[in-house]
Amino acid sequence: MSVAPPHSSLLGKQSGNVARRKAQNVVMLSLCMLAAGLAILVLGLVLFFLLSKGFSSLHLSLFTRPPDNIDIKKGGMIQSIFGTLVLLGIASCLGLPLGILGGIYQLEAKGKFASTVRFFTDVLNGIPSIVIGIFAYAAIVYPVAQAHPGTGFSAYAGGFALGILMVPTVMRTTEEILRLVPFALREASLGLGATRWRTMWSVVLPAARGGVITGIMLALARIAGETAPLLFTILGSEYFSTHAVLGGHAHVPTLNAPIDALPLRIYNYSQDVNPDRQAQAWAGAVVLISLILVLSIAARFATRGNMQEEK
Amino acid sequence: MADRAPSVPSTSAPLLAATAPPPRVSKSTSAPSRIPPASSLARFGDKIYGAVTFLASLSIFIIILWLLYQLTGASLPAIHKFGWSFITKSDWNEETNSFHALPFIFGTLYSSLIALVLSVPISIGAAIFLSELAPRWIRTPATFLIELLAAIPSVVYGLWGIFILIPFLKLYVFQPVIQPHVPIYHRHLVHSVIRVGHSHLPFSYNHFDTTHIPLAQVKGIGFLFTGQSAGYSMLAAGMILAIMVTPFITAVTRDILRAIPRSQREGSYALGATQWETIKQVVIPYAKSGIIGAVILGLGRALGETMAVTMVIGNQSPSTPSGVSLSLFDSGYTMSSVLANKFNEAIPGLNLAALVEIALVLFGVTVFVNIVARLLVFYTAKDVHGGK
Repeated sequence: MSVAPPHSSLLGKQSGNVARRKAQNVVMLSLCMLAAGLAILVLGLVLFFLLSKGFSSLHLSLFTRPPDNIDIKKGGMIQSIFGTLVLLGIASCLGLPLGILGGIYQLEAKGKFASTVRFFTDVLNGIPSIVIGIFAYAAIVYPVAQAHPGTGFSAYAGGFALGILMVPTVMRTTEEILRLVPFALREASLGLGATRWRTMWSVVLPAARGGVITGIMLALARIAGETAPLLFTILGSEYFSTHAVLGGHAHVPTLNAPIDALPLRIYNYSQDVNPDRQAQAWAGAVVLISLILVLSIAARFATRGNMQEEK
Repeated sequence: MADRAPSVPSTSAPLLAATAPPPRVSKSTSAPSRIPPASSLARFGDKIYGAVTFLASLSIFIIILWLLYQLTGASLPAIHKFGWSFITKSDWNEETNSFHALPFIFGTLYSSLIALVLSVPISIGAAIFLSELAPRWIRTPATFLIELLAAIPSVVYGLWGIFILIPFLKLYVFQPVIQPHVPIYHRHLVHSVIRVGHSHLPFSYNHFDTTHIPLAQVKGIGFLFTGQSAGYSMLAAGMILAIMVTPFITAVTRDILRAIPRSQREGSYALGATQWETIKQVVIPYAKSGIIGAVILGLGRALGETMAVTMVIGNQSPSTPSGVSLSLFDSGYTMSSVLANKFNEAIPGLNLAALVEIALVLFGVTVFVNIVARLLVFYTAKDVHGGK
């Protein structure tokens, strides 16, 4: 880009001034480059150590065995992986219907009330997850423990906390995605005599399917790594708690008892002085990030498929 | 408009045919012929539809009110007992049942401030680089990296903080400052990094009083370095928070900068401005409200962040009489890390009530910050429109 000031009155007078401005340009742009370089360097270091330490301590028994307190190296964290999946399932049962239906309402409704709902959705989204954890403790764990001493910490309480974290995220993304569906599509459907709910169900939602799925996946990816709300709700566990069904012929996992989750296990092991436990924490981190990446990549594919459909 | 009009039905028709089962569509299209029963049925369906979605959106208010009710109810004993002194005094003692939260509130605010001071210039510089300067072959992988790191959970950042950041700080920052005459043993860090699980003790001290080191005597900045240093420190907490919010602020700012119309920049170039002058006088003012919003949302995240901070901050109030210290080297405590550490062992009664009150204060602070952010964005956005 050539810098030749056309009007000396507007942009300085002398060539010395131009030289100064050019020098300033170079200096400031270099500073920006430096900032970017520093950011990428630090972020790269995070990723590098994560992968190098994580993969070097990754082994198969992690996925096949619960923790082993005698031979620590042989232990795994299968119960944590299972617990995380269970919690995601319970959270989805609460968060998805509320989030998607609420998002639909925010799309359809207009006026002051709708914008108030939108505002408080953002407020709920900004509440720290540990506060939600305390809330779940006060609302579920504590009353249950008062009624039946010795119980209280359960998969339900953890799933409740995570579900509440999901609601505002899913609500906002659903609304934003549905808003992208051309209005003409809705008008065409309504013009054919379809009711509003039929229009939503058969026209708008299918058209936005990919985007809605993306929003769900990203919300799941976000809550899969949450630790703070689980500290006071699921407590953590080193084994599967099961109970007998079908007259003792089969055992199924108990959800009404303390269970484990990957991020909680990583936290506990990171506080352990045993180097083997610390190594398992790194390996657990790689497993957790892989889970989150799978969810995020699935989200990408959901959108991509949708876009091709539209073309 | 003219060429768009016919294309709309042509795209909507196959979509309808592909997604809705044919018999149902014919049912709903034939509805107007049987006017009275069908339309009332249809209206009934729409009423249910409206009610269900309305209730779902109402859940937001129910959750917030229920949360407030639970937290206030559970913390009432502490609110009655301590009143305002809860947030103005420093004493926290389980044995004497005396609970005050000033050091924790301060720790939360101070660690977030450190994080913003470190992160904002770098994030905005990086965002400018990525949106204005970077060639495509840098931009694509860098953007991918930033998005990837925004998705990493905080407990993993905490893990990284304990085993990489803290040994690094001890070896290259704390020890050279505290014991300048002792040579740095690089191989210790190399050792700790390469061999998993051997990252303990790559340093020659575990705990050190920095009150008398030369740096703490320097007028004006000495207060930043005096205190009890054990590696787990306010500085480590601020740095890990900065690392966590940088991808977030960078990504949001970059999106805002990229949304600025090209014509704005071209207008500035045409007047003879350099690229930096264009960025400073055109691009940044245009994006100002959005950038402020991004920074404050980043602040909201830093304030509420729990796991990563708990893992590196030391979880001990500074040993000053007030429990408040501006020292970067001293350990600290934040509201969320107090909760993470003490909640499960709390004794039911006043102790538990005081901890729930901390959660209530944390809730209040983050909601306040969020509302300020929204209002700020709202008003600055108005200014921009008024300027046009």
